[in-house]
Amino acid sequence: MITNLTASERRGALLILVVMAIVGLFFAAAGRGDPIAVHGALIMAVALAFAFPVMGHLYDPEPSADRLDTYYDDPSKVGIILTFAWAAFAMFVGDWLAWMMVEPTWTTGSAWSSFGRLRPVHTTGVIFGFGGNGLIATSFYVMQRTCRVRLPDQLSPWFVLLGFNLFCLLAVTGYMLGITQSKEYAEPEWYADLWLVIVWIVYFVLYLRTLARREEPHIYVANWYYMAFILVVAMLHIVNNLAVPVSFLSAKSHSLFSGVQDALTEWWYGHNAVAFFLTAGFLGMMYYYLPIRAGRPIFSYRMSIISFWGITFMYMWVGSHHLHHTALPQWVQTLGMSFSLVLLVPSWASAANALLTLNGAWHRVRDDATLRFMMIAAVFYGLTTFEGSFMAIRSVNALSHYTDWTVGHVHAGALGWVAMITFGALYASIPWLWKKERMYSSFLVELHFWLALSGTVIYVFALWNAGIVQGLMWRTYTENGNLAYTFVDSVVAMTPYYIARAIGGLLFLTGALAGCLNLYLTVRFAAPATEAFSLMPLRDPVSDAVIQAAE
Amino acid sequence: MFKLHYRLERRAIGMTLAIICAASVGGFVEIAPLFTIDQTVEAAPDMRVYTPLELAGRNIYMREGCYACHSQMIRTLRDEVERYGHYSLAVESKYDHPMLWGSKRTGPDIARLGGKYSDEWHVRHLLNPREVVRVSIMPSYAWLMDNDLRIDDLSGQLAAQHAVGVPYTPDMIRHAADDAYGQANPDSNRVAGVRARYDDNTNIRAFDGIADRLTEMDALVAYLQILGRLTDASNLDPVGKDLE
Repeated sequence: MITNLTASERRGALLILVVMAIVGLFFAAAGRGDPIAVHGALIMAVALAFAFPVMGHLYDPEPSADRLDTYYDDPSKVGIILTFAWAAFAMFVGDWLAWMMVEPTWTTGSAWSSFGRLRPVHTTGVIFGFGGNGLIATSFYVMQRTCRVRLPDQLSPWFVLLGFNLFCLLAVTGYMLGITQSKEYAEPEWYADLWLVIVWIVYFVLYLRTLARREEPHIYVANWYYMAFILVVAMLHIVNNLAVPVSFLSAKSHSLFSGVQDALTEWWYGHNAVAFFLTAGFLGMMYYYLPIRAGRPIFSYRMSIISFWGITFMYMWVGSHHLHHTALPQWVQTLGMSFSLVLLVPSWASAANALLTLNGAWHRVRDDATLRFMMIAAVFYGLTTFEGSFMAIRSVNALSHYTDWTVGHVHAGALGWVAMITFGALYASIPWLWKKERMYSSFLVELHFWLALSGTVIYVFALWNAGIVQGLMWRTYTENGNLAYTFVDSVVAMTPYYIARAIGGLLFLTGALAGCLNLYLTVRFAAPATEAFSLMPLRDPVSDAVIQAAE
Repeated sequence: MFKLHYRLERRAIGMTLAIICAASVGGFVEIAPLFTIDQTVEAAPDMRVYTPLELAGRNIYMREGCYACHSQMIRTLRDEVERYGHYSLAVESKYDHPMLWGSKRTGPDIARLGGKYSDEWHVRHLLNPREVVRVSIMPSYAWLMDNDLRIDDLSGQLAAQHAVGVPYTPDMIRHAADDAYGQANPDSNRVAGVRARYDDNTNIRAFDGIADRLTEMDALVAYLQILGRLTDASNLDPVGKDLE
């Protein structure tokens, strides 16, 4: 892969890696006595591990000019492998945590493996590691196909992909070392946050440069969503992570905001990480892969316009529904609740647009597990957004908040929607990218689908029950007007639900592992594609018909 | 309208600007006023800052991810007030950078935990929760007793808190390490400094039961014992006026 880079790209890569190694060395040496030194050493080690192979190929000849006639898919391939690797790792940690809630002694006893430190390892691993790599890998794929143009250069996609994975690595190792700013879903400390800003700017510039070269007058709808994902995540990330470090050689920082202002900023970020990381990005994925795989154009172009702008505008208001009945002023709570309810309209418009696209292709849904992944994802997207609007109602939230119902709701979205659409998109991309006829084992895809679906359903049902039982036990009174249950009573009552949840998670994890195996088998052993579609894919008549802008 | 969009979606920069504009409105309308409307945070002249030892304990609370299972925000609901005490006021987390309101109660709310149990109870509970609550599913935190508390960076911690708006004086920042030591060692000569710089009611005791050693356990227990006790504002505010 390094020899495919031009000589100047190789020199650029080496320069970046050397600078990173020096910065890492500086933190490792000057930050001694602080956990930041460990991260300095880690950054240096990673930079050197990449620098040596680049040096080995520094004076290789220029790659042939033929490459410019094809899409540049190497970063997407590596991104897909990383997506599966993060899925296996982070879902394993998640299920381990689920068992710890059943039996708290099932841990190593060392600090790094305690529940509180591993919990953000799981959330960051699945959201950013699994989800983020899936988004980056597919966005490179989709932006080239929908613009009918090759990526503008070969260095910046690698910088985005590998730089993002360095951020994830700093994040999860940091939590285990005790480095965290404790803001939910934004736990990484100031230096990792700054690094992500750099990576993210390069990502968006790459997107704009690709769009600027496009051969297609219209920007296809999938790209609107990917753009909104990159842009708004940047806004959220920068504002929510404003902080003052203890010193430039300390891993610790103190958040700029405090108390009630911090709470709303955090949930403005937190809920819109759901909206723009876990929804907009994956809707981009859906708007490309579902119609392509079904062989039918998107049902309604106008509906996609309405739902895109509805989601982009309205989601940003709803974060305050995480703070009902708290010290947050009530007018903000009410505003958040109202927008949460109206948000159902664009959300269901997207889900309906996806499902109606399948009209006329339901026989394919029946026969093709890959397309079925995407169909089920759209169904769960509809269910979860309805549940979310419902839970945002103040009186419902009074019961559901602080309980496992919230966790169940999140996983209905994360497993049922995000992971399903991702696996569908990956199973569609892998044969295309590696020029194979199909996935090595369609049985394993089928198995993965049923494990994922049954795991999700068990998980979500278990935690619905858990949450409602908890919420009711906390507010039940005896006839004498006393609280009927102690808090500990509600902990004991959770055991069967927590066991069921851990089993559901185990099924889902097993499915993901079957996917990893299938990826390996496909890359190594699957029969190569017979058609010569590998040579000149910049125009592809089948997908042309499907992804054309409507009107 | 769709015609307009048909033109907009041909322009990458146009789409970029439109997305930024559409996505900015909600945050501005909801967050900006919280900094300008005075009633958002109640006045509480007696509100005190965390001592260096309590702040170090708070950092440990964050490091261990305690907020993932314990909330620090009692809602304005009758059962919560009866179970945990007066609902939380905005002013009570005024010096919390960041806030630790939490989002999940795998364990109970601890916004008003301070003073509810003895130091010894907390130490035994953190070492092995099941020794004091048989069916607890909380992890044990044995290393807190083994680890000496890091105090060389406490001045820097206070300075950073000062930079984001917490009213620590230069004197407090300078003596942060001494004050942390003094607060957990009641027999040492540094106690006078703690009394001079901080509130008269500051807890000064060997929180972990060992006077001559300053451990992470000292810091965490000192923090847990101050939860809900930084101000008396909640006692002055009658409960029950708008509970559901």
